[in-house]
Amino acid sequence: MGILSSSIARKVAMALSGLFLVFFLGQHFVINLTSVIASDTFNSWSHFMGTNGLVQGILQPVLIFGVIFHFVMGLVLEIRNRNARAINYKSYNGSANSSWASRNMIISGLVILAFLGLHFYDFWVPEIMYKYIESNPEDATRYFPEVVHKFESPVRTGLYVIAFVLLMLHLWHGFASSFQSVGFNNKYSKALTGFAKVYAIVIPLGFIFIAVYHHFNQLHH
Amino acid sequence: MSILDSKTPKGPLADKWTNYKNEINLVNPANKRNIDVIVVGTGLAGGSAAATLAELGYNVKAYCYQDSPRRAHSIAAQGGINAAKNYQGDGDSTYRLFYDTVKGGDYRSRESNVYRLAEVSANIIDQCVAQGVPFARDYGGLLDNRSFGGVLVSRTFYAKGQTGQQLLLGAYSAMNRQIARGKIEMFNRHEMLDVVKVDGKARGIIARNLITGEIERHSAHAVVIASGGYGNVYYLSTNAMGSNATAAWKIHKKGAFFANPCYTQIHPTCIPRSGDYQSKLTLMSESLRNDGRIWVPKNMDDVMAIREGKLKPTEIAEENRDYYLERRYPAFGNLVPRDVASRAAKERCDAGYGVNATGEAVYLDFKSAIQRYGKEQAKLHNVENASEAKIIELGADIVKEKYGNLFQMYEKIVDQDPYKTPMMIYPATHYTMGGVWVDYNLMTTVEGLYCIGEANFSDHGANRLGASALMQGLADGYFVLPYTIGDYLSHDIRTGKISTNTPEFDAAEKEVKDRIDFFVNNKGEHSVDYYHKKLGKIMWEKVGMARNAKGLTEAMSEIKALREDFWKNVKVPGDANEFNPELEKAGRVADFLELGELFAKDALNREESAGGHFREESVELDGEQKGEAKRNDEDFAFVSAWEYKGEPGDAVLHKEQLEFKDIELKQRSYK
Amino acid sequence: MNLTLKIWRQKDGRSKGQMVSYKVSEISEHMSFLEMMDVLNEQLVNSGDEPVAFDHDCREGICGMCSMQINGEPHGPDRGVTTCQLHMRMFKDGDTITIEPFRAKAFPVIKDLVVDRTAFERIQHAGGFISVNTSGNTQDANAIPIDKHVADHAMDAATCIGCGACVAACKNASAMLFVGAKVSQYALLPQGQVEATERVLSMVAQMDKEGFGNCTNTGACEIECPKGISLENIARMNREYLKASLKG
Repeated sequence: MGILSSSIARKVAMALSGLFLVFFLGQHFVINLTSVIASDTFNSWSHFMGTNGLVQGILQPVLIFGVIFHFVMGLVLEIRNRNARAINYKSYNGSANSSWASRNMIISGLVILAFLGLHFYDFWVPEIMYKYIESNPEDATRYFPEVVHKFESPVRTGLYVIAFVLLMLHLWHGFASSFQSVGFNNKYSKALTGFAKVYAIVIPLGFIFIAVYHHFNQLHH
Repeated sequence: MSILDSKTPKGPLADKWTNYKNEINLVNPANKRNIDVIVVGTGLAGGSAAATLAELGYNVKAYCYQDSPRRAHSIAAQGGINAAKNYQGDGDSTYRLFYDTVKGGDYRSRESNVYRLAEVSANIIDQCVAQGVPFARDYGGLLDNRSFGGVLVSRTFYAKGQTGQQLLLGAYSAMNRQIARGKIEMFNRHEMLDVVKVDGKARGIIARNLITGEIERHSAHAVVIASGGYGNVYYLSTNAMGSNATAAWKIHKKGAFFANPCYTQIHPTCIPRSGDYQSKLTLMSESLRNDGRIWVPKNMDDVMAIREGKLKPTEIAEENRDYYLERRYPAFGNLVPRDVASRAAKERCDAGYGVNATGEAVYLDFKSAIQRYGKEQAKLHNVENASEAKIIELGADIVKEKYGNLFQMYEKIVDQDPYKTPMMIYPATHYTMGGVWVDYNLMTTVEGLYCIGEANFSDHGANRLGASALMQGLADGYFVLPYTIGDYLSHDIRTGKISTNTPEFDAAEKEVKDRIDFFVNNKGEHSVDYYHKKLGKIMWEKVGMARNAKGLTEAMSEIKALREDFWKNVKVPGDANEFNPELEKAGRVADFLELGELFAKDALNREESAGGHFREESVELDGEQKGEAKRNDEDFAFVSAWEYKGEPGDAVLHKEQLEFKDIELKQRSYK
Repeated sequence: MNLTLKIWRQKDGRSKGQMVSYKVSEISEHMSFLEMMDVLNEQLVNSGDEPVAFDHDCREGICGMCSMQINGEPHGPDRGVTTCQLHMRMFKDGDTITIEPFRAKAFPVIKDLVVDRTAFERIQHAGGFISVNTSGNTQDANAIPIDKHVADHAMDAATCIGCGACVAACKNASAMLFVGAKVSQYALLPQGQVEATERVLSMVAQMDKEGFGNCTNTGACEIECPKGISLENIARMNREYLKASLKG
């Protein structure tokens, strides 16, 4: 792994890829939010993202790489960290000195990964099928109905909600902690941590709101 | 007595060290590579010596019983380190530091050594700063000083209340650099159990690997002992649990004279014992006496009520309190030297006025300091008609700033809030000025065997000044020994590697193994601690803060009897070839049981009161100083150096007469 | 008070260990935790059993020798203290107390509760020093003024006693608080600048080699550190490391 052979380098890589994903998440959220406010805007922005060459050709691969990198790195670190304590404590009072979220990033992370599988199956795979395999014609108005349709099932909506709760826990520790990892800890840290904690709650809550909104909204139709 | 040659260089006091350095033999760098030096102990003295010798090019082997050199008990020193830098421009100088040290030592130290100590003191601070020791600084970015221990200048450098820790970490970092270069071979968790002499010269040691129990032979061209003091002979002291006199005592038995064992410092401000289970005593910095007032109740009824928990100290009215130091020593009050303060506390407690369940505690009260500071602050901050509560709040803040860490430590241990109720304190054994006799070169009476730091007797006379122990340890290790040892080693450049396959090593190893075998095989009935506690009790009661001929004579025979019982009835569980802390303790206590007797013998022999040694028979009989310690310069201005003759009680006295050419001898007065 | 102690017993580094239960009685609340252990050991010696081996020395919280995982926390439930300063008033009559050695692959057990922390030593050998000889002619101590706040910060980092509680507390057995403290002390002081690049690279490399885990910023180390060493020091080390890596 060359440059990533040291513990600190790995930690920094973990933080940077995480920050990138956090940024992506924000952007994703803003677009999704339009699905609740104005379906036209949602359609046009989605259309742009789905067809723009830069987004599709560069941003999308980078994002996929980012997700895979963050996941693989996390797993490697988890394994190494587990190995660093060959014999476990009979009694380990972790809650006395750290939060559940911080100690269980691997659990929240794996749940999110599983969710990503579902999410890809729900949106990305059909999208690829639609555009490249079946080579359907461009339709700038199809995005909104597709989204609403996905949240018809209460099971799927429930799974999404659970995943977002775990995402909240993952972000609760991960976002603020990434600043520490890249060496940022000074008088601004308190404010930045505050922002990260708010972000960690608001964004997943927002996603939950969108999912639940679409679920209940169509029941009225 | 001719054998006790101090080898002090000729010439005026101020030039002795410079002249000496100019004239000694040196070892060329290529030859240093062929010379091995053993350093036992890695505190300030041993650590700094090992690092410096390795820098010079010698092959150093260093030993400590802990798992790292950084854990040596120098680390516990709180207050600071003296140096004649005169950064404050308050008139300090090498001479003044020298003078204060000799006077503070009650004129029982060797002038030439003390002057050299004062001379190199400034270099220590330079060296430590260069190593990255984070000394306290003022707002201008320059080093800060505090005054300490009743001297008239501010010459004490400090790093919070952890000066010893920071200095030790400095020396440890210097060692690390040499360990990385392969110039120091570090033996952690090793204990020296004997010295090996070949043709009269120290040529190696026998050490036990404390993890495996293996007995190892190590050879060298010279051996340096830096194993600290023997305060644990009292069982309860402020020393670490593992602090021991074994290395020093073993070399004494092999021919090194032991000097002035009776000079022991009892520190007045320690946290009192709370019960029989107590394993050690915790010291709180002397600086507390700058603001605390020491008292006990005047009336016995109040004492009883306090002990029974029916009365709180804060409920006792001013007129019913006996501020005994202020009463007895109006000039110095609560700031009398350590020995005087300690004895006064003992006097009150012996008279029955002790304020805790054990009857061995006095109050150290910050109420008036809090009030005083509070009023000052109220004025400073223009608080008009400040309420009592406001004043106390403001004052407590100042006290917190000055002593916060000590108050917190006290609260953790005693579970009482010293901002609200007076602290309880009692004296405890802290430092031993006596130790292995060394000459100006820091060599013992055995050739090639050196002794530095607290383990030797050299610089503090009968009493040590605050913040001077760190100074001496580092002076010896960084700046003195590396020169003086070169003079000796220059004769060893053709010796070649010292073999460990010689009859001398065989004999020493056998002796060590036999003793260990005895311990693990003895079917005794009492634990090692049982004996250590008994020894401590004898020492504290009869060879403690105040001593008399009757008690000392009794102590000698009681210790002897206890020792005989120990060798019959001690029980050591476990095996020789494993990690066995009980076995380690057994060896150390066996040596304390011998040292204790010599200690009492020395105290009996010294029929005067000097510094930490107080003989009830030698007090001023009249005048203003009535009842205070009386020194006898006529008959006792000498160093007692004891030669081992098979039994501690049979030790033979050699005297090194002390000459004071640059200082006039005066009786101390604190009235 | 009367207590039940569940203690890890292990004969030596090669043997397997197990938890063994003991009862102690008439424990005073004023005792320190180690004095309570002394009572147990005296009891064991008198009944012909082997006492429990544990590291300890100064018993005033500064040498860093004592090291026990008590009820799942290094140095027990109190804050800002080492085991030797932990007092029995933190426990109640009838309590069961679990006592284990500090656990980390880099801290192998020597016996019972005694572990080998020489991994810390080797990290220090790798760069925990400033290369200055003891010449007696070093620059005057006041030649370089150092801002009081910087000096105080360096002192805060230097307060570390090297006990290993940070490693023991960390779910990853990471030593970054320890290494961060040492790197910080020198990184803050002007005297440490010359060797800064080499130091942080070497010390981190050695830390990794010893098999310590990675920091995941749970903050457990900071909470359990008896000397209150701040997480800031880890951030500073990360910064120093990045800086040094970029310099190459």
